[in-house]
Amino acid sequence: MSDHGTIADLAARIRTRETTAVAALEACLDSIDRHDGAIASFQCTSADVARARAEAIDRRIDSGEDVGPLAGVPIAIKDNIVTRGEPTTCGSRILEHFQSPYDATVIQRLNDAGAVPFGKTRCDEFAMGSGTEYCAFGPVHNPWDTSRVPGGSSGGSAAAVAAGFCPAALGSDTGGSIRQPASLCGVVGIKPTYGRVSRYGLVSFGPSLDQIGPFARTVEDATLVLQAIAGEDVHDSTTIDTPAEDYLKDLHVPIEGLRIGLPREYIDTGNDDAVNDMVNAAVETYRGLGAEIVDVQLPLTDVGIATYYVIGPAEASSNLARFDGIRYGRRVPPGPGEELFDLYAKSRGEGFGPEVRRRIMLGTYVLSAGYYDAYYKRALQVRRLIRQEFENVFQQCDVLLGPTTPAPAFPIGSISDPLTMYLCDRYTVNANIAGICGISLPAGFADANGCTLPLGLQLQAPALGEGTLLRAARMFEAATNHHARTPELDPAATGS
Amino acid sequence: MTPPDASPGHAESPITIEEVRHVAELARLAMSGEELEACRGELASILGHIATINGVNVEGIAPMAHAIDMSNRLSEDVPGESLSIEDVLSNAPAVEDRYIAVPKVLDPGDGA
Repeated sequence: MSDHGTIADLAARIRTRETTAVAALEACLDSIDRHDGAIASFQCTSADVARARAEAIDRRIDSGEDVGPLAGVPIAIKDNIVTRGEPTTCGSRILEHFQSPYDATVIQRLNDAGAVPFGKTRCDEFAMGSGTEYCAFGPVHNPWDTSRVPGGSSGGSAAAVAAGFCPAALGSDTGGSIRQPASLCGVVGIKPTYGRVSRYGLVSFGPSLDQIGPFARTVEDATLVLQAIAGEDVHDSTTIDTPAEDYLKDLHVPIEGLRIGLPREYIDTGNDDAVNDMVNAAVETYRGLGAEIVDVQLPLTDVGIATYYVIGPAEASSNLARFDGIRYGRRVPPGPGEELFDLYAKSRGEGFGPEVRRRIMLGTYVLSAGYYDAYYKRALQVRRLIRQEFENVFQQCDVLLGPTTPAPAFPIGSISDPLTMYLCDRYTVNANIAGICGISLPAGFADANGCTLPLGLQLQAPALGEGTLLRAARMFEAATNHHARTPELDPAATGS
Repeated sequence: MTPPDASPGHAESPITIEEVRHVAELARLAMSGEELEACRGELASILGHIATINGVNVEGIAPMAHAIDMSNRLSEDVPGESLSIEDVLSNAPAVEDRYIAVPKVLDPGDGA
């Protein structure tokens, strides 16, 4: 494992030529070479393109240019965010050979900030899953225990940062796909407010729910990356048109008097005991920091998954209609006597994996004639109530506190029932439904059969409340030391 | 947990194999008989859970398709840079000249 130090430190050392962007990149590639055989977090690395990018940054620094706050920092990209001239598979056979002709806006912004995007991380197919087991090219393994999942769907990004392969990575979060794997891998993951980060170039799953966000080892590192990618984009009409505030400005300001809401629905008998203990300990930490703990209620927490599994699949079934075997992606030609319909149906039937087919079926069903009002319209009504419930609660407190997940990482292959898998996201989906921001940060550990598994604390704040959210997270981190503990990679299990 | 309410919607009635086949056709998904049967069981289980939203009183609540209040934003109608035809065609499974090739959709007798 390579020790990059913090992002601010690495960028400063590159800027002052104590080290170089090329050396930082080589350290990442070398570490992936030695250890990713056992973890499989990367779908591919683009070493040549990235080396050229890093060399260009070093040359610009040599000539006295300011290359930006992320000078030479290597960053991994979830494989559902398009990067020009490199594969973007979305973990799907249907896009196995797809190469995007353009860069996503977040890639451009990382480049503008001096960063070096250098590889694509594995994810659940089209970001649908909670364990990164539904990647058509193989599962990702949790660096803390390689027999377990890293969470999903951005499991590759979370595992890569946890394993120390790179100081940061981008993921996407539609119902918890950044926060949940961050929790299970013991790293920081931010789901920004809906519309804060451009989705242009993110392969769409649920366009009213999707947001891109960063993974990193520390709150400040994740904040630096968020700062670089946040803001309005003419290519995404759903981006918020006010400029992103300076998140770093007040990051280290004490939180005395901050009102932290503890929803009683988040301390649940369905949670692992270790998870409830972690939340109680976090409450004490915040009390010690001078925060005021407020008991609040969010009764609609219980209908979040039901609401989400109408809205998400409905949007996905409509979105994924574009994968028809005509303009891009896998095409299965019609056989003798078959028609265009068969081309569509076979290309999609063979190209999509079981979970994606399941969600397309569910979405098509809830939108179909006779069911639309009972399911889709009703879910949209409940969606408004969920948002109102958050708005009311945020009158009583500034930030909400709770667990990110009900349990630590589960063994690969141990959950076969789709509904059981969906319920892993019970604490994360409502932030997407309501469009608010959230973060998961390391907050403790559980012992499971001799393994040490990380637990994540989730904080949530109102729409555009990132400043307060990140400050509350940073102050917790400063008062604890959970983020400093890293997994030991098994040298015997490393490949290549 | 809010108890499911059986009155509105169809969530409690088990989904039939004919419905599953019809939905697969609407979704343009070729699935084997076995896959359709497995899908029927899974959909029934998920729809059973989804029925919990029937316990929420939504009377008088307007549906909300989008979490943030926003309206259409229009851009100036000014030509700008766009992808080249070569770039756009580079991912097409079949290309002829500057066009994406598809199987014949018109019977030779239908046309000119």
